[in-house]
Amino acid sequence: MTPEILAMQAFNGLSLFTILVLMALGLAIVFGLMGVINMAHGELMAMGAYTTYATSLLFEKLMPGLMPVYFLVGILLAFAVTFAFGFALERGLIRFLYHRPLDTMLATWGLSLILQQAFRHIFGPKEVGVPTVSWLQGAWSPAFLPDAQFPLSRIFIVMLALLVSFGVYMLLFRTRWGLKIRAVTQNRAMSGAAGINTERVDAFTFALGCGLAGIAGSSFTMLASTGPVTGQQYVVDTFIVVVFGGVESLLGTILSAAIIGQLQSTFEYLMTGSMAKASILLLVIVALYFRPNGLFASKVRR
Amino acid sequence: MNELILSVEDLTVSFDGFRAVDELNFYVEKDELHCVIGPNGAGKTTLLDMICGKTKPTKGKIRFKNYDLTHMLEYNITRAGVGRKFQNPSVYEDLTVLENLEISYPRKRGVLGALFFKHGTDIHKEIEGIAGQVYLADHLKTKAGQLSHGQKQWLEIGMLLMQDPELLLLDEPVAGMSSREREQTAELLKRVAKGRSMVVIEHDMGFVREIAHKVTVLHQGKLLAEGSMEKVQSDPRVVEVYLGD
Amino acid sequence: MGNGVTAIKDESGRAKVVHVSLVERLNRHAFVILAVLLLLVVPLALSDFRLSLMAKYLCFAFPAAGIVLTWGYGGILSLGQGMFFGLGSYMMAMFLKLEATQADSSAQALAQFFGSNLPDFMVWNSVEELPWWWEPFHHFWFTLPAIILLPALVAFVLAYANFRKRVGGVYFTIVTLALASIMAIVIVGQQGVTGGINGITNFKTFLGMDLFDDGMRTKLYVVTVLLLLAAILFGRFIVSSRLGKLLVAIRDREDRVRFSGYDPALFKAFIFAVAAVFASIGGALFTLQIGLASPSLVGIVPSIEMVILAAVGGRLSLIGAVYGAVLVGAAKTLFSENFVEYWLYFVGGLFMVVVIFLPQGLAGLLDRFRTPGDKGGQQ
Repeated sequence: MTPEILAMQAFNGLSLFTILVLMALGLAIVFGLMGVINMAHGELMAMGAYTTYATSLLFEKLMPGLMPVYFLVGILLAFAVTFAFGFALERGLIRFLYHRPLDTMLATWGLSLILQQAFRHIFGPKEVGVPTVSWLQGAWSPAFLPDAQFPLSRIFIVMLALLVSFGVYMLLFRTRWGLKIRAVTQNRAMSGAAGINTERVDAFTFALGCGLAGIAGSSFTMLASTGPVTGQQYVVDTFIVVVFGGVESLLGTILSAAIIGQLQSTFEYLMTGSMAKASILLLVIVALYFRPNGLFASKVRR
Repeated sequence: MNELILSVEDLTVSFDGFRAVDELNFYVEKDELHCVIGPNGAGKTTLLDMICGKTKPTKGKIRFKNYDLTHMLEYNITRAGVGRKFQNPSVYEDLTVLENLEISYPRKRGVLGALFFKHGTDIHKEIEGIAGQVYLADHLKTKAGQLSHGQKQWLEIGMLLMQDPELLLLDEPVAGMSSREREQTAELLKRVAKGRSMVVIEHDMGFVREIAHKVTVLHQGKLLAEGSMEKVQSDPRVVEVYLGD
Repeated sequence: MGNGVTAIKDESGRAKVVHVSLVERLNRHAFVILAVLLLLVVPLALSDFRLSLMAKYLCFAFPAAGIVLTWGYGGILSLGQGMFFGLGSYMMAMFLKLEATQADSSAQALAQFFGSNLPDFMVWNSVEELPWWWEPFHHFWFTLPAIILLPALVAFVLAYANFRKRVGGVYFTIVTLALASIMAIVIVGQQGVTGGINGITNFKTFLGMDLFDDGMRTKLYVVTVLLLLAAILFGRFIVSSRLGKLLVAIRDREDRVRFSGYDPALFKAFIFAVAAVFASIGGALFTLQIGLASPSLVGIVPSIEMVILAAVGGRLSLIGAVYGAVLVGAAKTLFSENFVEYWLYFVGGLFMVVVIFLPQGLAGLLDRFRTPGDKGGQQ
């Protein structure tokens, strides 16, 4: 185990972690803050990925000269599309099911099936990939470890995830809008009485969670190709991450994603991919048994 | 002094630094109807919560007969002979009055017992008897969810009676009742108290005066005064805390 | 009384003659109607091919009925019943595979050629010897009880451990999801000993009887129906017992049930174990009929599909689960024969529609047609 391999291995864990973080943050907002279990969250990630893919096609056809920029546009569009979809979803479906979490699970599962098929119809059953933009190709080697290679695209994703996490933190804890969100999720009745338009806040919060999934999907295109069932493959992991971190704690979510992401890439190094996944899930379930409220359970007066 | 059925010693519980109950000593004698009063937030409900096992204390001991209730699980405490009625009527809304009472029958609490439980005539007579005591004889087939607020309170008392506990813990049994219902409840409780020990939390002083053998006043988690109703009502500290009853 | 007329007592205790709706009469005799339909009408009306399809649909009625018990009555939503369906399915498959390996002449030839007498897929995966946990499945007297007892044990321990810790409903659901996922992943990953993604297949006989001849098909159909009816009767027995009422009480007010002197975890674990056994039996019957055990029936997707079967029928209706399983199964066949691509749209839409508009399923729809003379409740 040379220092290079160790470093690269750790970095692999990090880049996996960033996808998990973005997905999990989005889900934590939706599940942790609002108590909504959106089983279609994975499909929103796929939606973001597909949007980026579509953007790449668009640029290739119409503006090949601007290709280096397509990726940034792709990320923004991914956010916009998933945000809008999430907004519509909240208004059109979710808000009727607020006090029925198990029903929400089932209804959104149905939605995820429909979305998967729609992806199949529109983009075909095979996985699609996006071209890496020129300025993200290649790898970076730090001076002190010249033999270690850190792909630029992955560095970019990590930066993006950090930026987005920071942005979410700022939004929630430093802006007026974030204040409204926190107020509504903690005490709906009082917030309404204080003049906050709770319905608009709900829609916005949910849409934000979906938008984050969209960005995650967009980043995901840098790591692997996307197919109609890609979303479904990540949805269980994402839930586990959120639950493990302590549903009501965003910080817990981030830590949980870090731990699980790192564990996963370590395990993958030691055993086959599928057994690694199975082992992680099992470990987390056992951990949850001992701490059912996750790492950062909020102390509630019984 | 009569035999003690419940002794609470040095009982303390904190929630995030706030001491809801603070080194409280509390004793109930056998067959005593002991009322607990005090302003809101005094720790009355928390005290009952700890006795019946809903909340675990941080310090102290709770002894009931020869059981140490302090760390026992709720259902074991119930099986030992402690019955709790909650502030908000807690009945099984989707089941009928009959079924609510039947479930409270204190035998056959295991899986096989519950599966093969036969609703024989003995049990039915007992259910009818208790339903009569709590003024619900005509409502055996009504779904509990459809009862009025006062009737739900009575049903819950009925469920407790089915359990045949030696110690009853009642939390505001007449809250939300009309004055007629309060009279009926006072009658009911006086009947029920025969041969049983009771701890009753109430705010209605008239009600307390009518039924209590002994009164304890709690304030900020500590015991403020104790004794008969007259003694307690004339205690200047109590008057101060209540700012005139 | 007959003729759609009956007597009930009104509030003052006087007897009143009231008309009972057709729907209510149907409801009271729902079980008999179902039995007649399944044992008489269907076999006469359907061709052999369709009959065997029907038998397959009915296999899914088992896990659906189990879900009615745990979810409708117990308030526990398991999105991982595929685990138990898979357990039953694979256990039966192991038995059948070992039987085939020993009896089948081509397997013998294979064995002699490769120098081992292991099931074919093990030979292909260079597995040297039969894993110890395959050994007992040589014997039917082990396999049959195992199909019932093993899932019950696993389910009970899992559920009791969880519910003792008062892990909330949603978390438990996610745990069932994860476990089903794990099981599917492990099965696919360990293909040397489980057949991998292709499952276990290539068996021909069951206790010496040829699995694929027509007489056998009919026998399997009848056995499936009888077992299903027995399961429904058992479920009904539970529901109408004090345990059933306790489950409803636990579902609505679990905390309070503790103060009535019960340990809710025990009862929830019990009903979860019952559902596991139902699913396992369904899985075993399914393998007998289809001739294979596959991981595609173990993971998240099939597990969630089992829930929709119960939801369509009505989550409080055991008999509804049967109709739900048949309807959705038939729809699936219809779609896969004609409009393959639209199946997911249909099933996804079904989920959404049923959850939003028909939370009580078809049985709930029927409830709307009751008149005042009818008793409330479903069967």
